[in-house]
Amino acid sequence: MHLLVNGAAHDLRATTLSQALDALGYRQAIVATALNGIFVPADRRETTTLADGDALEILAPMQGG
Amino acid sequence: MQLYGIELASRLLLGSARYPSPAMLADAVRASGTEVVTVSLRRESGGQRSGQGFWSLIRDLGVHVLPNTAGCHSAKEAVTTARMARDIFQTPWIKLEVIGDADTLQPDVFGLVEAAAELCADGFEVFPYTTEDLVVADRLLQAGCRVLMPWGAPIGSGRGLNNTFGLRTLRAHFPDVPLIIDAGIGRPSHAVEAMELGFDGVLLNTAVALAGDPVAMAAAFARAIEAGRAGFQAKPMAPRDLAEPSTPIVGKAWLA
Repeated sequence: MHLLVNGAAHDLRATTLSQALDALGYRQAIVATALNGIFVPADRRETTTLADGDALEILAPMQGG
Repeated sequence: MQLYGIELASRLLLGSARYPSPAMLADAVRASGTEVVTVSLRRESGGQRSGQGFWSLIRDLGVHVLPNTAGCHSAKEAVTTARMARDIFQTPWIKLEVIGDADTLQPDVFGLVEAAAELCADGFEVFPYTTEDLVVADRLLQAGCRVLMPWGAPIGSGRGLNNTFGLRTLRAHFPDVPLIIDAGIGRPSHAVEAMELGFDGVLLNTAVALAGDPVAMAAAFARAIEAGRAGFQAKPMAPRDLAEPSTPIVGKAWLA
């Protein structure tokens, strides 16, 4: 599966968003996700399927003002 | 002060960005006495997973977190970011920023009202970063906001209160709405001025983070905000144009 993850190209063995996060090493991480600009809640990652060329955003807590 | 039903002893809300080190951030938060710290969401960079460590540090401080939508330039972007923030931070609170101008970071008040309405309808408790414009403030309240956060000056500028007349008018128009001055504060004296005008609190970041001694500055702001609030409650005297002797004239010796 060819995905654009946080702006970088990745080839992953994953068909769902949940599997993609596992493949990228985010299994235990506290992150939020959006697929092609649409927010995907944590409890819908397992049922959210991926397609070639999808753009995935993975955001984490960060410093902010 | 009460914000969305949460009682807070401190009237200072503190940002978590730009500190020299995570330890300095933690020490500054403790020294400030704040109970609300703003946070953000960004792409996790590299394999370092720095966001996970940051979140662990903030959780250990035992404060309320106020996630922001910093850097968003459209209502759609801000709404999506807010939903992602709620997914991570598990709070309905969101500091809503929709930026309209890259140089001044002035809010796009049209996008702000649009995003606020959508988020309030979705159960968020919105803290909108806005200007001192009365009509925009009214629209934000109509949209469902129960706290307003007018700017003092552009974010990170440290200029203090650029429009005290406008801010005083805003305060007078909405006496019962919690109003927090957000952005532009550079020195403790600016925070005192905001509090003396009757604002309920102050949100700042850079003034502490970029101070020569952030921890000492955090403590200074805590005292300034307390002093300004106490001064407001004590009802300051009305200013005069001409002098009026404070020492009684009656009984003065004739020595000329």
